[in-house]
Amino acid sequence: MLLLTCPCCGVSAEETEFTNGGEAHLKRFGPGSSDADYEAYMFARKNPRGVHFERWRHAYGCGKWFLMARDTMTLEVYGAYKAQTTEPPADIQAKIKARRPEWEGYK
Amino acid sequence: MTRYSAFAIAREAMRQHTGWQKAWASPEPKAHYDVVIVGAGGHGLATAYYLGKNFGITNVAIIEKGWLGGGNTGRNTTIIRSNYLQDPSAAIYEKARSLYETMSQDLNYNVMFSPRGVMMLAQTEHEVRGYKRTEMANKLQGVETRFIGPAEVKRLVPIMNIEGPRYPVLGALWQARGGTARHDAVAWGYARACSAMGMHVIQNCEVIGVESVGGQVSAVATTKGTIGCNKLGIVVAGHSGHLANMAGFRLPIESVALQAMVSEPIKPAMDVVVMANTVHGYMSQSDKGEMVIGGGADHFNNYTQRGSWQHIEETVRALIETFPMLSRLKMLRQWGGIVDMTGDRSPIISKTPLGNTFINCGWGTGGFKAIPGSGWAMAELIAKGEPGSLARDFSMFRFREGRFIDESVAAGVAH
Ligand SMILES: Cc1cc2nc3c(=O)[nH]c(=O)nc-3n(C[C@H](O)[C@H](O)[C@H](O)COP(=O)(O)OP(=O)(O)OC[C@H]3O[C@@H](n4cnc5c(N)ncnc54)[C@H](O)[C@@H]3O)c2cc1C
Ligand SMILES: [Zn+2]
Repeated sequence: MLLLTCPCCGVSAEETEFTNGGEAHLKRFGPGSSDADYEAYMFARKNPRGVHFERWRHAYGCGKWFLMARDTMTLEVYGAYKAQTTEPPADIQAKIKARRPEWEGYK
Repeated sequence: MTRYSAFAIAREAMRQHTGWQKAWASPEPKAHYDVVIVGAGGHGLATAYYLGKNFGITNVAIIEKGWLGGGNTGRNTTIIRSNYLQDPSAAIYEKARSLYETMSQDLNYNVMFSPRGVMMLAQTEHEVRGYKRTEMANKLQGVETRFIGPAEVKRLVPIMNIEGPRYPVLGALWQARGGTARHDAVAWGYARACSAMGMHVIQNCEVIGVESVGGQVSAVATTKGTIGCNKLGIVVAGHSGHLANMAGFRLPIESVALQAMVSEPIKPAMDVVVMANTVHGYMSQSDKGEMVIGGGADHFNNYTQRGSWQHIEETVRALIETFPMLSRLKMLRQWGGIVDMTGDRSPIISKTPLGNTFINCGWGTGGFKAIPGSGWAMAELIAKGEPGSLARDFSMFRFREGRFIDESVAAGVAH
């Protein structure tokens, strides 16, 4: 059971109060884009063993979406941040690097 | 390899069981093989077996980072059925189910296939309509299934409460030829047969890199050194994304944890398999007497191979209404496996962006039942370089092309 803290309302709660929304920081491709771009946006996933940037929603709390860095091997949460962020904040990236020196960056 | 038979048991009984041989060899890897298969789960081993049996390709290594069947093959609840909705699914699952019927004889290894019947409960009106539609689809596909009413459900499973207030049983889709098999034995039986054909089953050897030249794989880097190959088959279920990363491409797959548990053993109480998809629970009784119970999957990417309390609680809470006797049982063990989920809940048996590399994955929560059919189709793909009729529709490129094989009704629940 994950224990998460919502960066929008500050509430800490069990995983069951939140829903997962899949990989974060995807570049959206819509109508008119090439098949390959659309496929990459819609279906292809990093699905890494290790650091994962993902979307969550505080579904049974404030209802807001937010982003989070979490390790899929240890379930450690490195930090959560606002959904209106185009790349992971520097402090979270630094924290991950300190914990996992072999980490190759979020791209 | 000496054959197993009643005569062999008698002979060994006479000489204090001193004559049994190892079921398979444990060789050191060679520098090069015609075909290297990564992953010695059921699908990887079956692929190797049919490469040898159907195509005479035996210079093959199956490389496993842990032990045989230590992935999902040895962690699943062993439900075997073929009552899917779409034609490509029916074809491959029914092929697999029919191969299970003769697998023990074919492998000379008892896999304890038990076609005891599989019942998928309809507990909402929506499910009743869904399963009646599946019944019709199955008729057209030549798969024998039947929609049965609550009275027949009760007759087949007397311990069931069909009048629950939240989840009344309105009927069920019944596949009399479905059932269960012994999961470890499927892996062991294939491994023994592969070894007997001269293939190398290499355990405790993790693939840590994929080496390619000009879009063709030349070798895999492993914890036991570099192993060259002419063709590579990746068959690693929940770890497919990780291997694809090594090989330099991405998959339409996300890995999540799925879990199951068993109760203390009791006297025979239920002799069919019951799946209750509305409540995300399914149950059968093992030969040892344990109630084997599977539950829901976590909803986030996860490689930890353990489950979570809330899903145990959800599963048990929901099943207790339908099976009141469960409330008195103690649970003995609980475990998790990492399953590889695709967007349309159908598998991938496919060429990849690398010319001589093929991938078999995406079986998600329901690939044990498919092992022999999947191995059959994957062997054909590797041997010929092109998919045959069973694999054709399961290309990884179907997502780009919008040719989904939507099995969210048949496979949306974990089994
Ligand atoms: C709890 C649970 C219940 C299930 N219930 C059912 C059911 O009732 N019916 C059904 O049909 N299906 C069920 N399934 C699904 C089924 O177990 C899987 O679809 C099937 O076993 C997949 O087989 P596989 O051979 O592809 O994978 P696996 O058996 O997981 O084999 C893959 C192997 O690859 C190895 N590997 C991974 N990475 C590497 C590497 N880098 N180098 C070398 N080796 C590597 C792994 O160690 C593993 O042994 C269930 C699954 C779970 C977890
Ligand atoms: Zn909140």
